[in-house]
Amino acid sequence: MNVRLYVWQRATAALMLPLVLLHVAVIFYATRQGMTAADILARTRGSIVWAALYGTFVIAAAIHAAIGVRNVLFEWSPLGERRATMFAMAFGAALLLLGLRAVAAVVL
Amino acid sequence: MSDARSELTVSLWRGAQQGRYESYNVPLRENQTVLDVVTFVQRHLDPTLSYRFACRVGVCGSCAMTVNGRPRWTCRTHVSSVAKGGRLEIGPLENLPVIKDLATDMRPFFEKWQEAKGAFAPSKTRHDAIDAIRPDSPARVAVDAAIECINCGICYAACDTVRWNADYLGPAALNRAWTLVNDARDAGNAQRLAAVAAGGGCHACHSHQSCQEHCPQALNPTASIAGLKRRTVAAYLKGEIKA
Repeated sequence: MNVRLYVWQRATAALMLPLVLLHVAVIFYATRQGMTAADILARTRGSIVWAALYGTFVIAAAIHAAIGVRNVLFEWSPLGERRATMFAMAFGAALLLLGLRAVAAVVL
Repeated sequence: MSDARSELTVSLWRGAQQGRYESYNVPLRENQTVLDVVTFVQRHLDPTLSYRFACRVGVCGSCAMTVNGRPRWTCRTHVSSVAKGGRLEIGPLENLPVIKDLATDMRPFFEKWQEAKGAFAPSKTRHDAIDAIRPDSPARVAVDAAIECINCGICYAACDTVRWNADYLGPAALNRAWTLVNDARDAGNAQRLAAVAAGGGCHACHSHQSCQEHCPQALNPTASIAGLKRRTVAAYLKGEIKA
């Protein structure tokens, strides 16, 4: 890992720290209030705030996880640096696609 | 020694990268280092045994070996402190190619010192005045904490990241780079910071701290590497180094 990847991984970690806490709080709130899917969607649909929060979360998670997976593959698999990087980029792109699709599903 | 035994059972690695452990019986002495044991085998039992040592007093860093699974400086390791049940297993250092028996090829270790720009780059000529460096200045205090490395390679042998990543410069080379980064007289920091910020540099360290745990000089290369991480991130964000 070079300094560029290091900065991206630490920066996305710092960004995700409050977002993870918020995400856990939202889960607790939604389940303890006994909210239905319809209740939740009524609050999230058309909300720029929820779209921005979870959109940021998904982007940060995709970058952070891809860098981590690249390191794990590079150090613990026989793939080598180039193929580990390609696999990690594909993994990050898949996370980004799935995550943004989920965000779109609740805010659009 | 309270142990009533009169002999040690010593297994020594014989061969090169491929080889096997062979057993020898060595007389147990009141005061005996692991290096004494290896020397006894070479002088009295098998003169073909290869190993490396020079000073015998913990200064030169030549005699490091794997003793009962841990890398240690054998000249300063007493048998009584490591021979559990009267048994010793002594092998070459890990993470380095084995030349023969207990002697490893240290070239990768020292080549990485050079890759990390571990050589002093003078900023003045002999005609200039010598820099006055206050012993209590923060930079000199940082150097003092890291300077007493004897190049034994124990941290390199103990490091998981070295084992997993052939490009990783290793704790000793990065610790050396950190002492020069804090040396006011040195002029090579632009190249040095770029070298340690590249892939295989300081950011590959997982902070497992095996280097600190095993260092016979009680240095803390992990702390030096953490210092390099901070310094290189600052330089990168200011655009002083590229990646």
